[in-house]
Amino acid sequence: MDATALARWQFAITTVYHFLFVPITIGMSFIVAFFNLMWVRTHKPEWLRLTKFFGKLFLINFALGLVTGIVQEFQFGMNWSDYSRFVGDIFGAPLAFEALLAFFMESTFLGVWIFGWGRLPEKIHMACIWLVHIGTVLSAYFILAANSFMQNPVGFRFNPDTGRAEMADFLAVLVNKVQLVTFPHVITASYMTGGAVVMGVALWMAMKHSNAKTAEGTKSTDDAAEASMYLKATRIGAWVSLVASLLVIVTGDIQGKIMTEVQPMKMAAAEAIYETQTGAPFSILSVGSLDGNEATRIIEVPGLLSFLATGDFNGKVVGINEAREMEKALAAKVSDQYGPQVAALVQDETYTPVIPLTYWTFRLMMGLGFLSSLISIAVLWATRRGQIPQGWFWRQAAIWNPLLPVFAISFGWIFTEIGRQPWIVYGLMTTATGVSPRVSAGEVLFSMVVYTLLYAVLAVIEVKLFLTYVKRGAEPFEDPRDHADADEDAPLQFAY
Amino acid sequence: MTLPTFWFIVIGVLWTGFLVLEGFDFGVGSLLPALGQGRNPADTEKRRRVMLTTIGPHWDGNEVWLLTAGGATFAAFPHWYATMFSAFYLPLLLVLVALIVRNMGFEYRGKRDNDAWRRNWDWCIIGGSILAPLLIGVALTNIVRGLPIDADMEFSGNLFTLLNPMSLLGGLVVLGLSLTHGSFFLALKTEGGIRQDAQALGTKLGLGTAVLAVVLLLWIGLTNGTVASWITTALAAVALLAAIFMNTKGREGWAFIGTAVTMGMAVATYFLVLFPNVMPTTLTGGTSLTIENAASSPLTLTIMTWAALIFTPIALLYTAWTYWVFRKRLGTHHIPKPVAVS
Repeated sequence: MDATALARWQFAITTVYHFLFVPITIGMSFIVAFFNLMWVRTHKPEWLRLTKFFGKLFLINFALGLVTGIVQEFQFGMNWSDYSRFVGDIFGAPLAFEALLAFFMESTFLGVWIFGWGRLPEKIHMACIWLVHIGTVLSAYFILAANSFMQNPVGFRFNPDTGRAEMADFLAVLVNKVQLVTFPHVITASYMTGGAVVMGVALWMAMKHSNAKTAEGTKSTDDAAEASMYLKATRIGAWVSLVASLLVIVTGDIQGKIMTEVQPMKMAAAEAIYETQTGAPFSILSVGSLDGNEATRIIEVPGLLSFLATGDFNGKVVGINEAREMEKALAAKVSDQYGPQVAALVQDETYTPVIPLTYWTFRLMMGLGFLSSLISIAVLWATRRGQIPQGWFWRQAAIWNPLLPVFAISFGWIFTEIGRQPWIVYGLMTTATGVSPRVSAGEVLFSMVVYTLLYAVLAVIEVKLFLTYVKRGAEPFEDPRDHADADEDAPLQFAY
Repeated sequence: MTLPTFWFIVIGVLWTGFLVLEGFDFGVGSLLPALGQGRNPADTEKRRRVMLTTIGPHWDGNEVWLLTAGGATFAAFPHWYATMFSAFYLPLLLVLVALIVRNMGFEYRGKRDNDAWRRNWDWCIIGGSILAPLLIGVALTNIVRGLPIDADMEFSGNLFTLLNPMSLLGGLVVLGLSLTHGSFFLALKTEGGIRQDAQALGTKLGLGTAVLAVVLLLWIGLTNGTVASWITTALAAVALLAAIFMNTKGREGWAFIGTAVTMGMAVATYFLVLFPNVMPTTLTGGTSLTIENAASSPLTLTIMTWAALIFTPIALLYTAWTYWVFRKRLGTHHIPKPVAVS
């Protein structure tokens, strides 16, 4: 494998891994902040216990999202230095904004929230976790604005004197139409994920307590109270996840239409249709090589692809063959427009992404997402009027449902990034021309192996610790106000 | 002053902020074996927890200064960012690994009451806290010393180019400053045995670092110094000696400010020596990266300037507030029972 392929693999591994933790962080920070708000408003012990229980799980997850995020910011310069040179004038600004506006807020107020129990007025303490949540959302905005520039470069001009793309309109970069739909899609997917994690964990605990019997074989009132607390969290998680998933569908639908408009190849690649057609069907499954010769669709919904792409069941959808010609024409056009410096950046042999990958990741994204929505509905139904379901199915739902949206998001990102290939910046620069020219294949291979091994070890540690803390359950209630402003020499409520 | 020059100064300020803030938490992490050694295992554990808790609310925010320095370099000087980060590929990989294992150590160490678990994370914290400032010092000194950068602004050396005596000394100085600064921070933020031990160790570390730092800054000054850089060199030396003196007098706050000023003046010296380059080349026929040829367009720099002017004071304000919230000195009696998870 050459240095470019290795750098792409490394970017894929580190980014997909990073983004396993990010949506959970965004979604769970919202729900933990909500529990904290309910505690401050009602002072009912269960809200504090839920805040602390899910707060700990949130922090176990947050740590990995944080450390893997540092790699991301360095990686552009380390592995993609020519990309950084060519678009840094535009791409660097959102990253700097992200650090200045979001990272400072997120990390500073998280530190105060973790260590501030009993040291601050409770309303100010609660405000800290809300600021953490706002920080995560702001962070997502800026990094998605940067990604949206790669999907649909706007607000730039080519400067022949410096030989690079330069900022022409920063506002245009921030309100890129791809960004305006990608941001809500990613954020709602994150709420969906956070809700699914809370729902899964809480449902498991509710079932555990409602099953528990005392030594005499009777049910204890303590367990009943515990089960009812977790049931409340289950339903909150399920509602957040369900409502968010509906918004994911709405924003995803709009996104599909905008994607069809700015990158026709990606929609064609999502369905692996080669010939342009009207009333194009959408296949749920297919067998065959997807190379346009003999792909056999197993289940097809007539006109659905046209509807996804255009909003009309009879709409025209550009096929891969025509999209390829359009990309060639685009490359020729920018070559004419900007001259030889850019012409060298837009040459590719195929102008086509890896079709089986786009085809299957698109289906996995939607399929896992829909499945998770259905499970949320089922859980809400099964837990109506204070009931707690039992049995194999619900245990499986509790265990696997948190993972479904996480992996749906991974597949979504793989789809959207692979579907853009061969471009690193659509229509302006190919991925192969963005790589660091002096970093050798051996160096990239080495770093890739290091990251992969390190991340694998950390994942094992994280999951084990997370499960340990789930099994431990919520701690008994201890009123933080009892300690506030107490004896200067009393032990802290939290310390490392 | 031109916009690129202003941003050159901003990058210097960001590095200063990073070294002053993360410097002390690097120091505290590195000093875990030296100062976190009690009369018995239980005392050792409590001392370590006190040390880690003094930096607990702050280290994450401190590290954002590094991310902001990186992000600001990307936005304001894309060529500088691209050349620097790809040139230091393997050292930066190690810095990232160091930061990852150390940060995980902070977050996870106390999550189980289990000696093996704690010892493993302690090694991650100690190793990461030593390695990161050492390598960052090597990298920054290499920039000032000059690197073989060709006409395409690409680094044409290899790992061994980076491992030269001056840069290795630079690494030791940044590590030494972090250790001294960390000792003074612990003396300022703790009470009881740790405070006394940190004071005593701080003086020794400070004197050792002062010798190394003076050699390094003289070396750099005699190679490339300017009048201004000699002034900041002198100020750095005076601040460090004053810090050590204040420490021996038990004036911990002044000692801490003294090492902070030392770091600021050391960064100022580096940047004054660099000016007007950002990455000078050692190759004849190579292209030095300068403030002008590495910079972003005027529009980007203008946008970034407004953002920095508006949002940096806000960030500074709430950061300062967190130090006020956690102003209380900590002793082993403040440490709660370990979490009931084995």
